[in-house]
Order: sequence, then structure tokens, then C-alpha cells
Amino acid sequence: MIQTAASPADRATLSASVRDRLSGNPLLVIGGSVVAVIIIVAVAAPLLAPFPADAGAATHPFTVLRPPSAQHWLGTDQVGRDVLSRVLYGARVSPLIALFVLLIAGAVGIPLGIAAGYFGGWLDDLIMRITDIFLAFPALLLALALAAVLPASLTSVTIAIAATWWPWYTRLIRGQAASVAGRPFVENCRALGISRRRIIFRHILPNAITPLIVQVSLDVGGVILTASALSFLGLGAQDPTPDWGLMVSEGQSYFTTDWWVVTFPGLAILITAFAFNLLGDGLRDLLDPRRTFLR
Amino acid sequence: MITYLARRGALALVVVAGVIVVTFVIARVIPGDPAASWAGPHATAAQLAAARRFLGLNQPLPAQIGTYFAGLATGNWGVSIHTHRPVLSDLGTAAPASLELVLSALILALIAGIPLGLACARWPRRALDHTVRAGAILGVSMPIFWMALILQLVFAQKLRLLPSAGEYAPGLLFARPLPKITGMPVLDALFSGDWPMLGSTLSHLILPAVVVAAYPAGLIARMVRAQVLDTVGETHVQMARALGLPERDIFGRYLMKLAWNPVSAAIALVFGYSLVNTFLVESIFDWPGLGSYAASSVATLDTPAILGVTLFIAVVYVVANLLVDILQAALDPRIALR
Amino acid sequence: MSAAGTAGGPGRAAAGGGAGPRLQITGLGISFGSRPVVALDELSVGAAEIVGLAGESGSGKSMTTLAVLGLAHTVGASVTGSIRLDGQELTVLSQSQLRELRGRRIAAVFQNPAAAFSPVYRVGHVVRRALRCHGASGSEADDRAAAAMRSVLLPPDLLRRYPSQLSGGQLQRVAIALALALQAEVLLADEPTSALDVTVQAEVLELLRGLRESAGLSILFISHDLAVVAELCDRVAVMRDGAIVEQGPAARLLSTPAAEYTAELLAAVPGLEAEA
Repeated sequence: MIQTAASPADRATLSASVRDRLSGNPLLVIGGSVVAVIIIVAVAAPLLAPFPADAGAATHPFTVLRPPSAQHWLGTDQVGRDVLSRVLYGARVSPLIALFVLLIAGAVGIPLGIAAGYFGGWLDDLIMRITDIFLAFPALLLALALAAVLPASLTSVTIAIAATWWPWYTRLIRGQAASVAGRPFVENCRALGISRRRIIFRHILPNAITPLIVQVSLDVGGVILTASALSFLGLGAQDPTPDWGLMVSEGQSYFTTDWWVVTFPGLAILITAFAFNLLGDGLRDLLDPRRTFLR
Repeated sequence: MITYLARRGALALVVVAGVIVVTFVIARVIPGDPAASWAGPHATAAQLAAARRFLGLNQPLPAQIGTYFAGLATGNWGVSIHTHRPVLSDLGTAAPASLELVLSALILALIAGIPLGLACARWPRRALDHTVRAGAILGVSMPIFWMALILQLVFAQKLRLLPSAGEYAPGLLFARPLPKITGMPVLDALFSGDWPMLGSTLSHLILPAVVVAAYPAGLIARMVRAQVLDTVGETHVQMARALGLPERDIFGRYLMKLAWNPVSAAIALVFGYSLVNTFLVESIFDWPGLGSYAASSVATLDTPAILGVTLFIAVVYVVANLLVDILQAALDPRIALR
Repeated sequence: MSAAGTAGGPGRAAAGGGAGPRLQITGLGISFGSRPVVALDELSVGAAEIVGLAGESGSGKSMTTLAVLGLAHTVGASVTGSIRLDGQELTVLSQSQLRELRGRRIAAVFQNPAAAFSPVYRVGHVVRRALRCHGASGSEADDRAAAAMRSVLLPPDLLRRYPSQLSGGQLQRVAIALALALQAEVLLADEPTSALDVTVQAEVLELLRGLRESAGLSILFISHDLAVVAELCDRVAVMRDGAIVEQGPAARLLSTPAAEYTAELLAAVPGLEAEA
């Protein structure tokens, strides 16, 4: 009885404190809302886009490079497609690449980080030296070299970026795992014959989850920027994919006379990356205030 | 101090060697035949075989890596398949333009970032702090190729305030040729006392430098703010205040000097990042640097050139980090004493 | 001996307007938002007097120091009431007016000498900078710094070292030398000996006592350690939870404490119990 009476009160104070922290952190609220809108746009693109067919290979020779108007709010591109429709469908491309890149980077980086931090010794040395070599590159340099040698496609871009991104997760998780593995209770667990897998899943990973969430939310923006840069250089998505970076690249030749073909897709990249970075920055403030701005 | 630097230097060498091997293996995975593009579309089988031998492609991969390493030591970085010139001399021609761009961008970033960061730390959680924070996050979220295009459109095409591309107005060369002293046009114009040329080079530098500075400026402002807020509560700060030192002194000197170490480490990191960012900016502004060279060698699958650029940037990056270590040891007695 | 010092504080006592106390705190309230941390009715330090402010940590002693320096806002606290220096009200002064007073007329020495100097500057830098801020020329600053170092029995070339190269006792002496070089009238000594070992502690106490005699310095000596307070101070105020529970002449207060809390504090000091 007493417990059920107390819990709504607890919940009230908890939600009050969350509200307090959120109101002190307007950037987090803004970032989170914009991210939500982007996700809705991605899901509902066919419903929202005025000309869904224009997201694909359609051409309209008679409406080429029309400026923004009541019919085409953001104008039309060099083959007459509606820019608004393509920008809306673009919300399905870059964020999805980011999702896959971070899944792969996590799938590779996290186990390596656990291995390095938990087992230590020569394995730790080996993994961390390899990580150092990767981290000695600016990420875009290696991604660019890789994407250049792979056939130009979204898959290649995903692989190239993931290949440069995993070491960040290895380093993050290794630090967490090493600090947990050094604590006495893990020794006790071992002495009690608790399995390695259980120690890892019950003790090491839960401890790493907060910094991991912060890292992932901060990384989405970076991956989106890198992917669109590769597409801009012609190493990623190919026409007619409605990729924002590719749209900027294709519109470049018409830019001085027909500004809208470059402006709106680029703005979409900026807003998306900005929203995820606001969200990540705000989450870090909320969950993990000791981490610095730099990855 | 000496052993400290020696250890850092040795580690740096290992990292650079690792970078070479990784780059080489990547480059050799490239589909397509470099010999074919070297010899041209109408080459005979004999010419192709000769090109193959010349480029060392008939050797097994480990031997190629060995040859490449031996060549690096003697200053032979291979020959560009695209330009048919030694890669090292191509890099030597392109590097000064990029260094000029990146260094001026970093100077801009420091000039903007440090005072903003200090101001945010002095009045935290006020309007300015929130604005700078949002601005810094905007800076790291900026697709810089797009920013370059927009600034070019607005300031060069529409407002006609600034030139849209190139390092200087080529017409000026007819009046007076620009000597190659450093390879950086701004400095060359300055050293040769060519004032019209100096004005022209500076006005051409503004747009690309601002674009490259967007990311580091935000980063530096945030780093300075975080570092200063970290130390502002320490006793020696209260002591300095209790002695009647003005706040300007306390923030501008005491706290900034403490903040300088982490900030300078971040600058070294951001230097390499910005050098790679020139890949996206230089071709838009027709800037004849490493970025343009890299973009064209990627487009033509020019293996030795890609290797060369990658290696060059990795070396510059490692050297920049090493320089920062030395600088930090010089500035902070606690490091020197270790 | 101490009576002579109190009455005849040489020279600068005249500037203090004769009879009135150097430092006079009345009705001082310090709070963080709506949470009060200090409510101090009355506390004064006369010319060339050493007054002890004793109490456990967290009793608001250090906040009182910051309030007197006009620095309470830097830790987010707000101050009400009156703080007078030689009759001049400090709480109404602007930060730039306070800055002129800080260091030059009121100096402070903090608990942990190793943390009181910026690790990236030579100790002399702070000394020199402070003197320059208060109007000394470059060579004058050097001379006065060197003279002050000699008067705290330290070789002046220690000024060229970094804080990490000096001992805690040496650094505390440098901090006191700073107050001397600036010719401060009132020294707020916030636990100046707590971080030092016993022999060094005795040296610093001896130094403070000597300065009261020679320079007529008024000292507010803040400490949790009643043994030290008993040894050094003319008068003692005992503070608990931000309020003063008892104050009076050191000898009287330590022999026949009126407040229960004072007695408890005394009981915690092994040497003093027997005396009482």
C-alpha cells in the first residue's frame, strides 16, 4: 500500500526533474523535435511529396530548371523533376546510410573493444595499435581512398565510412571495459565461477551504454556529412537516387543562374546534421556531462 | 624531456609506416590497370609490358611495398600516372597553396574562437553562450562544399564583393610576374613587395579560408569554454581575484594559458581534418592545392598520386601533433618535469 | 606582550581612524538562492589584532572570507548586511572599486598553498602582476617583491621558480609575502596552516605573529583547529552552521567556554583539555 502510494509521487518528482533539465537545455528539445520531424518525413515521404515519381528517374523536358512557384515550391532540377519531392525522399537516403554505418561500426568496434579492455595483454596492445593507425588518419581521407577504389554506389560509401569509423567505438568500449574489468567485483565474479559471457553482458556493456548512446547520437551527423561529401565527389550515390550530396553535385553546373537546385538539398544536409548534433550535444549534457566536445 | 620527445618521435614513425602499408594495400586492390592508363589507349602489347615493368607492377605485392619503402627513403615517391611527373614534385607544387589555405583558416578560427570561448566561459548560460554553442554546432554540421558554393554565389556572383575563384587575378601577372619564393602567393607577393598582387591574393583567400575555418572556429570556441569553466573554480583563480587582478587578466591570461594545452592538441587534430576538407573546397574555388590534386587523382585512379597525397597528409598530421607536443612541453612546466 | 602590540600598532593605525575597528562585520547574511549558509551578527578585527574564527568545516567560515573580499558572487552566493573597512562600507562598492581594495588593503591566504598559485606561471609572475595592478612600476615591483620575500625569510630568487618546485610551507610564505609587498592592512587567513606539517605550521604562525608586531597587520585567522587558534589569537569567535555561537578573549573563551559547542570543540583537542 505504502509503496503504491509513494510511487506516483516518485514519478512526479522524477518527471519534474527531467522537465527541469530539459527546460535548461533548449537545444536538446529543438534537436530532438527536428530529428523526429526528419524521421516522420522519411517514413511518410510518399504521402508528403507532391510528385513522388520525381524521386526516381522521371524526366520532364518542358519544366527544366523552373524557379520556385506555387506548383513547385522549391523549383525543378536540370531534368525537370520537382526539387521538393526529391529533397523529401532524400530523408530516406542519408539517415539510412548513417544507420547502417553505425550498425557495422558498432558490430566490429564493440567486440574488439571488449576483447582489448577485458582480456588486456598482447591482444589489447595489438588491437589498440591497429586502432591507433586508423585514428592517425583523418576519417574522411581513408574513407575517400576506399570509396575511390570501390565501384561508386551507396553500398561502397557505407562500407568505406564504416571501415574508418569502427576504431572510435573500439577505443570508447575498451576504456569502459578496462575500468570495469579492473574492479574487485569482477574478480569476485570470476572467483565465483560466473561465466565470462555473463560478466561481459551483465556488467561491462550496461556500464558502457550511456557513453555509447551519446557517441552514436553525435556520430550520426558526422556520418551524414561524410556520406554526402563522398556523393558530392561522385563516389557515392548515382542518378536517379535522390541523395542530397549528389543533388548538390549535379546542380553545381547550373548554380550561378538557378540557385535553388543546390541550395535546398544542401540545406537539408545542414538541417539534418545540425539536428542530430544538437540532440547528441544535449544528450551528452544530460547523461554524460564530463565528456568533451571533441570525439 | 629528450627521451619524452624521442619516444613520441618513435611512435610517430611506427604510425607513419603503418599508414604506408595500409595505403599501399588499399591502392593495390584498385580494379583497373594502371599500366593501361599510363601507356594510353593505343598502346601495343609490348608498350604495355614495358609500362608494367617501369611501374613495378610485375612484382609480387610485398616486393612492391619493399621497393616503395626503399624509394621513399631516397625521395622517390613514384611517378604520377596522370601527370607523368614524379609524385613528390607534384606534391611540392601543390602543398604550399593548401598550407596557405589551411593555415590562414586556422588563424581565422583562433581569432574568432578564443575570444568567443572566453566570453562564453565568463558569462555562461547567457544569450551569448547559447548563441555561440548553437553556432559551433552549426559549424560542425556544415556541409562545407555547399557552404563554399553558397558563399561563392552570394559574395562573388551576386554582390560582387570578392573574387569567385583562383589565387589571384591572372591579369596582374602581365604587369609583373610573381616570383616563387615560398609557393604561397600571399607571402610571395609580400616578400617581393608587390602590393597590388598582395591585395589580390588576400581577397582571393577570404572565401575559401572562411569556409575551411567554419569547423575549427566552433570547435576551438567550445574547447576554450569547457577548459576555462573547468579551471575557473580553482584556488589560484580566487587567489588572483583576491589580489585585485582584473577579470580581463584572469580570463585572458591565467585561464587561457591553462586552457591552451588541450586547445593546441585539438588544433593539431583539426589541422589534418582541415587539410582533408580542402578536397571538397579547393576544386570549387579553383585553388591549385593538394585538394585539387587529390580530387583529380581519385578521378583518374592515379595510384601513386593517391598514395602520395595520403602519405603526405599523414606525415604532416603526425608532424603537427609532434610540434604541439613540443610546444606544450615548452609552455607547461609540469610536462617538462616528467 | 600582546597588549603592547594591540595598543601600539605602528604607523598605519592612524589611517584606520583611531578607535574604531579595522574590519567590522554586522548582520552579514550569505545565501545560495533561497538557502542561507551564513547569518553572522557581529564580528570585528581591531588594528594589529588577531581574531580567530573557529568552527568545523562547512560552518561558513570560508564563505565569510569570500564575502569580505567581495567575491561571493563568483561562487554563486548573494550577500546582505554590512562589511566595513576602516568605517567604509564595502557591500555598496562596485567590482572595480573593490578590485582596488583587494590585495592592496585586504589580502587573503588560502588553505592549500600548492593550489593557490597557477601551475603554469612562475610564482614571481603573480607577485609582480599584483603589484603592477596596484600601481607599482616594473622595477619598483621587483624591489618590493624581493624585500617582502626577505621579510618572510625566503631567498628572493625563489620567485623565479614554478609552484611545483616549492614546498607547501615556502608557498604559504610567498602568499604572506605578497600581502606584505602590497602593504595590506587586513589579512584574511583561511586555514593557512591546515595543509602544512606541524613544524612548518609553527613557523608560519610565528611569521604571522611577527608581522602583527612589525607591520601592524590585522588578521582574521580562520581555522577548524582550536589548538592553533588558542596559540595565536587575541580574541576568538566560534562559528557553527553559519552563526557565531560564542566570542570573547581567547584566554577566557578557552578556559571557561560558555557555549556547549565550544566545549565540544575543545574536548576534541587533546592538549587544551588539560589546560582548561
